[in-house]
Amino acid sequence: MAQTGALGDKIFRAVLLLAATSILLIVAGIFVMMVQNAMPTIGRFGIGFLFGSEWKPAQEEFGALPFIYGTLVSSVLALIISVPISLGIAIFLVEQAPKGIAKPIAFMVELLAAIPSVVYGLWGIFVLAPFIREYLGPVLQGYLGFIPLFQGRVTGIGMLTGGIILALMITPIITAVVRDVLEAVPTTQREAALALGATKWETTTIVLGNAASGIAGAVVLGLGRAIGETMAVTMVIGNSPQISASLFEPANTIASLLAANFAEATDRTYLSALIEIGLVLFLVTFVVNAFAKILVMGVASRNGKAA
Amino acid sequence: MENKIRVSNLNFFYGKAQALYDISLEVPEREVIAFIGPSGCGKSTFLRTLNRMNDTIPIARVAGDVIIDGENIYAPGTDVVALRRKVGMVFQKSNPFPKSIFENVAYGIRINGIHTSKTDLNERVEKALHDAALWNEVKDRLNTSAFGLSGGQQQRLCIARALAVQPEVILMDEPASALDPIATQKIEELVVELKRDYTIVIVTHNMHQASRVSDRTAFFMLGKLIEYNKTEKMFQNPDDRMTEDYITGRFG
Repeated sequence: MAQTGALGDKIFRAVLLLAATSILLIVAGIFVMMVQNAMPTIGRFGIGFLFGSEWKPAQEEFGALPFIYGTLVSSVLALIISVPISLGIAIFLVEQAPKGIAKPIAFMVELLAAIPSVVYGLWGIFVLAPFIREYLGPVLQGYLGFIPLFQGRVTGIGMLTGGIILALMITPIITAVVRDVLEAVPTTQREAALALGATKWETTTIVLGNAASGIAGAVVLGLGRAIGETMAVTMVIGNSPQISASLFEPANTIASLLAANFAEATDRTYLSALIEIGLVLFLVTFVVNAFAKILVMGVASRNGKAA
Repeated sequence: MENKIRVSNLNFFYGKAQALYDISLEVPEREVIAFIGPSGCGKSTFLRTLNRMNDTIPIARVAGDVIIDGENIYAPGTDVVALRRKVGMVFQKSNPFPKSIFENVAYGIRINGIHTSKTDLNERVEKALHDAALWNEVKDRLNTSAFGLSGGQQQRLCIARALAVQPEVILMDEPASALDPIATQKIEELVVELKRDYTIVIVTHNMHQASRVSDRTAFFMLGKLIEYNKTEKMFQNPDDRMTEDYITGRFG
């Protein structure tokens, strides 16, 4: 005799399976399409595309290195600025703030995430860039000018400005995820520490230890956003394909390059080059995520929890 | 014998709701005191007033005195961190840190700066594990995760962790309620063993456990201390009718 509802369950399972596999198909589809359309330049420049440092479409010279460099450096810069701030906000909200204060602050942070990218860009141009040119830049140069990072002419438009804008934009997401992760740490862990005579700071380190893998995940989410962010960066980074040690110099990122040049890329080689560099962005994101996943699994297994 | 803890006229509130009414009792040094009573009677709340663990609840309020070694722990300016080092606690659910077995026990020693050297730290960890009757089971795996231990072992690890900071009083909040009978028996034997060096207050739902391990028993109902007596008397010939009804299982 057939089991009750056997057919229904089969259909249910098939629908779920379809939903689950569709995501794989979409990713694979995008990847195949990009590879196909990038074939002309892949064939012509080969691996040299990744290491070339000249980008001159008019002379059909395409080197992706300055954009890869700009993307990674601006994103890492954003993380360096954003992670301590985000952790500070999240720890304050979960561990210290009275309810009456925590709610409004959490709301403000979420509001930050809702501001459109282009508005950040405008703010970057009209507020942040002049501030860096007039105040932050000269101060940094005055005290840290012996480090190559802070040498050169301060125009207010460049890598540092891009990094700070990115930091602002990823702070809400990192804060929100870290807050959720900290809230998920059982109260019994805090009580265990307190009962041993731990101070608030020591108790917080126990909480952070519990949340380590989740925090790593939050940072990676932020990094992913920073790597892919386009509009605001385009507006403040200077869009100049150069590799400079100085954070004050203009630079460019992959996403920003694509946004600024896709419309005018009419000839086949130029278009192919842009798609290929898009493919690079795709792969960089993939590698970053994979690396982070390994990191998270390492932390998780050290903590003795299943990943 | 000297009284280690003296509580007088303690009232406790969660916001507007009163959870404890006028509790007064005295705990002699190096004895085991059991708190019994139905769920929600306030025995855990009372236990947590003894190391000010209720401080973590913003709406909690305490009135009355809790005097430990002659000092009122609710007096302004009390060093709560030092108090909690002196009055250790073991919780209902074992809550080891996500660290190795060794680091779990070493944690309290480290943060309180008790050890004088690396060797001293090792010795203290070993002693605490011995005292918690866990050493033989874990001595070959000190650097493995505490989560690899069984439930009963994890609870004894938490006891070792509490012992390692050299407290004088140990509060236990239903320490065996999540454990099987064999693991429970081990914890009970341990409690009796620890009485030689520590004053122990244990909350339990298990009447037999209370009668087996404690010298005195306090019976709570609806936030009030109904009866506090020597355990033998309490279980054979209680003064209060309600105590008798509860112990014999006629209600609760």
